[in-house]
Amino acid sequence: MNEAGVDRMFHALADSTRRDIVRRAVTGDLSVSRLAEGYAMSFAAVQKHIAVLEKVGLVTKKRRGREYLVSTDPDALVLARLALDQLEEAWRGRVDRMADLLAETAPPEQRTPTKGQDR
Amino acid sequence: MTVTSVDKNYDDLTLTLIADFSAPIDRVWQLWADPRQLERWWGPPTYPATFEQHDLTPGGTVSYYMTSPEGEKFPGWWRIVAVTPEESLELLDGFSDENGNPKDDMPVTTMRMQLTTTDTGTRMALHSVFASREQMDQLIQMGMDEGLAQAVGQIDDILATSASRQQA
Repeated sequence: MNEAGVDRMFHALADSTRRDIVRRAVTGDLSVSRLAEGYAMSFAAVQKHIAVLEKVGLVTKKRRGREYLVSTDPDALVLARLALDQLEEAWRGRVDRMADLLAETAPPEQRTPTKGQDR
Repeated sequence: MTVTSVDKNYDDLTLTLIADFSAPIDRVWQLWADPRQLERWWGPPTYPATFEQHDLTPGGTVSYYMTSPEGEKFPGWWRIVAVTPEESLELLDGFSDENGNPKDDMPVTTMRMQLTTTDTGTRMALHSVFASREQMDQLIQMGMDEGLAQAVGQIDDILATSASRQQA
């Protein structure tokens, strides 16, 4: 996928309803109408969101009987981004907690800078 | 700011994070070496970690579980690849079944941690690698499907940030 493609994909994901649809459609067994039940908006509005996601290739629709099932089909680059962003968030949280622990347990003499360069 | 830099390589599936702490190197090492301190920062407050086994020697095993707000336990393991006390640690990090046995079909990540003394305290360099794209996909799906750890709660923010960065 080229850069313009990535831009379009992230634009499609800039909307919280569409992100939620991408998440819920991971299992691939929800129909358009089942998905639409979860949102306080018209069926047509939800259909429109799904169409945006479909256009950039984040979800696919397949016919089953009288309805369409929606399933998430994200690009590898998007997945890589999600995975590494999740990991980054987890580590930022860990580093914050580490710093808190260090501050909490540092003996007083370690807290006082010897050369007075502390704020 | 404690986190000095974060580099993510979307092709190699690696994350490199540099953090600077205003504490001496032996003190920072204790955060890893003492399981009682480790469990105060490894898991998020909503999913606290409990370490049962903690053998920081080459080939050694560390076992832990994280507990969800509903009381459900998510066990995990570390296999220590290399360790130099007060300096560096390399390990594999994976998931276990309810009996604490490693699950072979679950994703494994490799993590390297290096400590160095700086003018203001200690620098921690952390390098984390997904074993494969398939394993990475699996972690994402778990995050999406099961709400594992804090992944789901934060995905909106992450996506929103990524999206706004893209638009900027």
